[in-house]
Amino acid sequence: MAAPKKAAASSPQDKTNGGSPPEFTREQELKALRDMLLIRRFEEKAGQLYGMGAIGGFCHLYIGQEAVVVGMQMALKQGDQVITGYRDHGHMLATGMEANGVMAELTGRRGGYSKGKGGSMHMFSKEKHFYGGHGIVAAQVSLGTGLAFANNYRGNDNVSVAYFGDGAANQGQVYESFNMAELWKLPVIYVIENNRYAMGTSVSRASAQQDFSKRGASFNIPGQQVDGMDVRAVKAAGDEAVAWCRAGKGPMILEMQTYRYRGHSMSDPAKYRTREEVEKVRHDQDPIEQVRNRLLAAKVSEQDLKAIDAEVRDIVNASADFAQHDPEPDAAELWTDIYR
Amino acid sequence: MPIQVLMPALSPTMEKGNLAKWLKKEGETIKSGDVIAEIETDKATMEVEATDEGTLGKILIPEGTADVAVNTPIATILADGETAADLAKAPAPAKQEKAAESAPPAAKAEAPVPKAAPAPQAVAEPDPEVPAGTEMITQTIREALRDAMAEEMRRDADVFVMGEEVAEYQGAYKVTQGLLQEFGAKRVIDTPITEHGFAGVGVGAAMAGLKPIVEFMTFNFAMQAMDQIINSAAKTLYMSGGQMGCSIVFRGPNGAAARVAAQHSQDYSAWYSSVPGLKVVAPFSAADYKGLLKAAIRDPNPVIFLENEVLYGHTGEVPKLDDFVIPIGKARIVRAGSHVSIISWSNGMTYALKAADELAKDGIEAEVIDLRTLRPMDTETIINSVKKTGRAVTVEEGWAQSGVGAEIAARIMENAFDYLDAPVARVSGKDVPMPYAANLEKLALPTVAEVVEAAKAVCYR
Repeated sequence: MAAPKKAAASSPQDKTNGGSPPEFTREQELKALRDMLLIRRFEEKAGQLYGMGAIGGFCHLYIGQEAVVVGMQMALKQGDQVITGYRDHGHMLATGMEANGVMAELTGRRGGYSKGKGGSMHMFSKEKHFYGGHGIVAAQVSLGTGLAFANNYRGNDNVSVAYFGDGAANQGQVYESFNMAELWKLPVIYVIENNRYAMGTSVSRASAQQDFSKRGASFNIPGQQVDGMDVRAVKAAGDEAVAWCRAGKGPMILEMQTYRYRGHSMSDPAKYRTREEVEKVRHDQDPIEQVRNRLLAAKVSEQDLKAIDAEVRDIVNASADFAQHDPEPDAAELWTDIYR
Repeated sequence: MPIQVLMPALSPTMEKGNLAKWLKKEGETIKSGDVIAEIETDKATMEVEATDEGTLGKILIPEGTADVAVNTPIATILADGETAADLAKAPAPAKQEKAAESAPPAAKAEAPVPKAAPAPQAVAEPDPEVPAGTEMITQTIREALRDAMAEEMRRDADVFVMGEEVAEYQGAYKVTQGLLQEFGAKRVIDTPITEHGFAGVGVGAAMAGLKPIVEFMTFNFAMQAMDQIINSAAKTLYMSGGQMGCSIVFRGPNGAAARVAAQHSQDYSAWYSSVPGLKVVAPFSAADYKGLLKAAIRDPNPVIFLENEVLYGHTGEVPKLDDFVIPIGKARIVRAGSHVSIISWSNGMTYALKAADELAKDGIEAEVIDLRTLRPMDTETIINSVKKTGRAVTVEEGWAQSGVGAEIAARIMENAFDYLDAPVARVSGKDVPMPYAANLEKLALPTVAEVVEAAKAVCYR
């Protein structure tokens, strides 16, 4: 398999696909729609609970970026590992973690994935091979490389996927990790979620090289830019990267060109971009609307789509209910899980 | 006048070495830059180049001689026109180190490991971890560490070593000597110079269930990796509600070596030992180095294993047992006494034990406690001793402010205030970055005299 070709740099708004990505089957479209909707409705609910004071601290919403994690997950198999930074609720849901456990962690309750001790940025699931949930920008890149190291050491064919943003891509340890990953041919996919803003700093104000697919060039790591708003394009790129890694060819970089609709965190007034910019992406490129429109064009009934909406809303509402009624952790939990 | 060639030092901490081989014979012509001999320590082998021209007059130290002190004259070079008759004129070196000890030719078949000076062994108390009658072998601390890693790697295929120069170079301080040959490149892994990155890779591998031993060439360089050690390794078990832990050892030399200045001479005992989620071990004796490293590798938590470069070449008695493991978290009373408790760890014990010898001459019997583990700290052993003696002195090479001595003093105050007959005294490194100049460096470190003085002060003597 040859290294993937690098597409020309472009923003999500003016993205012109050099040929459409492979079509999804109806089953795949429905799954993508359902999984993306679950993340969106979950995040909307989290935002609402934050506004009510039920969720504290930091809360970074994934709304707008759903196609990235859902498309990538469709390219993975059981046993592949996922690790990401602090904008992580979507990744948890995509790996199959329960909405109840995630929402209850956001509210700091004992039924949360970390018994209420981790919060929004720190949840894990060994069962679902989700390795967090990390609050220090780019730490997950070295850790994800270590997960790949373990796969290589054990000689299994699992791949690790390390997600990070355009902001994290400027951290030094990213390049330390790139170097080791290529040197040792580790099976790791570096997914750079370029949502165009590192907190309030646009890519053009922070990055000398704005084509993130080229960030591995000096380590000979192949990369490609992907329309991260089109779940089919994400899945196709994911398939290619997974095959590359499983074949023992080392790491690959996927720059996902995406967009976050909400602020960096709940406390972000988003003065660094215009309302029009956000509205244009929502209107032209929304990842969920793209799938919905294709399904409608393929004669799936409104009613069938509404059934998906209803199922997702039920899950999310139940999780919000659980997260507000589940008790807080026992005071004794303060002293547990420091050592094992 | 004939020129003397002196035994060179290969490293900041080398005190003696073996004269492995002469490459020039007496009477041969020598040009500046010629390799005239090979010398070796347990760390390295190096060539001695001539810096003067002439004829090799007389070889003073035959090849195969072990334990030649640095600065001992090893040969003389005759200048043009000089003859063997001039040899007697060679000046004696101004300051000669301790004369080379009786020099039996080193057995060539053995590993080129000189028997270095034994660590102070004023051990009065038997080690409770060692069954009576156990056969002991004499080992350097360097060898004890290597054996600990090798034994654990034989025992558990998930254990591996990674770090800078750990494999092909055999370890920057030769602690990993021979591991590559036994375990291969898959388990003994040379990393690029990339502390932050490889610490993170190690932690990630540990989260996936492997048991890495991450060697830092020195803990001074681990400051670059501090985020991964604290934020990822130490906190993940808690942040995950107990789901995801991290069995990993970070090890390497810590603290002052010799003449390497401020950036290479910091003691991190206090830094790491303040962090919940980490265990911090800092042994002194060869046996403890071995038994505690084995325990650290088996521990399911992240362990910071602080070694001391000055001690690597020191020898001690190590029990010859199939599986000698010392539990983390237990201090040891190395010398029993009733007048004052002296509490230290790692190389601080050197000052503590020598001071106890001095104090004994003045009729003060010091009880010397080697903490061995800084977190969890064995408060009970400290408190029981202080209840007996009523006086305490802490000894550390690190800084006093927010230091481990300060923590010990606080615990004594909290738990044995009514037993104290004097305020706790601290002996520590001075509150300055480590200077380079030899005299200033000595002033910056604790001294035996300071420990003696502090002990006498708390005894009102």
